[in-house]
Amino acid sequence: MAASAVSADPTPQSKGNASGSRGDEIAHLVTFVFACTVVLAIAILVWKLWADSALTREKFGFHFLSGTNWDPNAKDYGALPFIWGTVITSLLALLISVPLGVGAAIFLAELAPARLSNACTFLVELLAAVPSVIYGLLAIFTLVPLMDEYIQPFFKHTVGQVPGLAVFFSGPSTGNSYLTAGMVLAIMTLPFIISISRESLLEVPRDQREAALALGATKWESTIQVVVPHARLNILGSIFLGLARALGETMAVTMVIGNDTNIHASLIAPGSTIAALIASQFHEASDPLQRSALIELGLVLFLITVIINALARLLIIATRGKGTAHSA
Amino acid sequence: MNRLAYRKAVNFVMLSATGVCTLVSVSALFVILGFLAFKGGSSIDWAFLTKLPLPTGMTGGGMANGIVGSALMVGLAALLGLPVGFLGGIYLAEFAGKTSGFVIRYMADLLNGVPSIVVGILAYMLVVAPLHTYSAYGGGFALGLMVIPITLRSTEQFLLNVPRALREGALALGAPKWKVISTVVVPAASKGILTGMILGVARVAGETAPLLFTALNNDFWAKSLKQPTASLPVMIYYHAISLYDDWNRQAWAAGLVLLGMVLLTNITVRWIMGRGISVQKG
Repeated sequence: MAASAVSADPTPQSKGNASGSRGDEIAHLVTFVFACTVVLAIAILVWKLWADSALTREKFGFHFLSGTNWDPNAKDYGALPFIWGTVITSLLALLISVPLGVGAAIFLAELAPARLSNACTFLVELLAAVPSVIYGLLAIFTLVPLMDEYIQPFFKHTVGQVPGLAVFFSGPSTGNSYLTAGMVLAIMTLPFIISISRESLLEVPRDQREAALALGATKWESTIQVVVPHARLNILGSIFLGLARALGETMAVTMVIGNDTNIHASLIAPGSTIAALIASQFHEASDPLQRSALIELGLVLFLITVIINALARLLIIATRGKGTAHSA
Repeated sequence: MNRLAYRKAVNFVMLSATGVCTLVSVSALFVILGFLAFKGGSSIDWAFLTKLPLPTGMTGGGMANGIVGSALMVGLAALLGLPVGFLGGIYLAEFAGKTSGFVIRYMADLLNGVPSIVVGILAYMLVVAPLHTYSAYGGGFALGLMVIPITLRSTEQFLLNVPRALREGALALGAPKWKVISTVVVPAASKGILTGMILGVARVAGETAPLLFTALNNDFWAKSLKQPTASLPVMIYYHAISLYDDWNRQAWAAGLVLLGMVLLTNITVRWIMGRGISVQKG
């Protein structure tokens, strides 16, 4: 802001000083060229993903997206098992991380003393810095056996017996499943949801809370009926950010989902996601058609995350402006 | 009266529940750290740091090639990503107009949000395919691409935080704008800019997916930058999914080393900076 004000305001000195203004022009040009690399990178990315997936786009058209068969031997490629896997693991992750994350954000913003709140937030944000291969490593040796021996059998024998729901919790299971991947992703999306939700809750003006309390509301009633609704768009934005991360997550998912190329309705069956499939097959794809199919999947994944990220930013930025207007 | 007691009970139960949510979330980090230290701590020895991996089935060996390979590719990434991001950030903060600023900012955020596996595909198409070989160049390029938007946005942010009076003071003395930027504004923001750079590099140092089919992996020393190159994250991946106990043991050790480096960088940098910056996200 300050910078644009200065640049809109040419100083008399630089007008008279030829070498100075030449220097400014050069600096402007050089930095502009470097700034444009991000635009160039995105342009090349979209162009290359589009061009190099021509083979499958021409052969399968839109049936690529709805096909359920992925068979390199038969040269038949359908993307639905992986789109399904990507969507279902991310939704499972949100199912766990949204209540957990928003709950924690409420505690950190409304109840915890400032120092405790900041310390906890710092620790949670460090979770975002943990490399995903480490989540995968831990999950292979702790969560997967746990799922195999206790959690999945438990679901099978309880919810799996309910008619109608049985289809989601049936069949053979090994511990590597959509559900396992979803649980790992839940932990990975937590820092986004907690950090941004807490911030937006803290931005809610104090008089909103006091008004509710003065009307006789309990602390919980004031929080859930007044404070949270006030920050709801921001919280939704944080959820979308977490979703974008979950959709594109590769390593942690590859290591626990079982990498089965068939589509399953059962959440405790092994499956695969777009990112996991690319990770496990790209370097050994010798068939040009298979490579093209994987690149087209990359394009699909790119488009999905672009849309989700844009939505997240829209929600967060839109409310940022509103929030400051309120408090001013 | 009964109704009030009910509302108070709900209040108590729900507020306690939020406390439990916090406890669970915060403990995740300690569970991760604890497990890694417990399972990997005893396996970090001199051999781990200085020896090559042994064939499966044999006990011993280390990940020296992975450590060196990671350092090499992260170095390449810094060489590519930091200058580009830094100069681009200067443009955004100091020169950009409304439209160009919006477009570049938007594209930088877009690039930052591209799943890392897709960045890997791009590096494969642009570097690996033309060179006809998996290489450290490919891996470094992929990681460098990820460093650019992080550095760009953090540099911009810290430059914009420099007080306006500083710029105006320098301009009033008759200095041209480029001189004001290079001798007043950038030095004033240097601590923050450096912090952003370090956090950006630390973030890509733990990336696995962009390296899987750009640098691939290598059980031996890479003789040049144009050969498949091992890296710590990729070695953790292959060691973790292997069926051999001794490889699993080393995966834990490598995991502890990698996490230790990443967390130590994050904590130190943020401790030095106070609470001026939040963890890089996206």
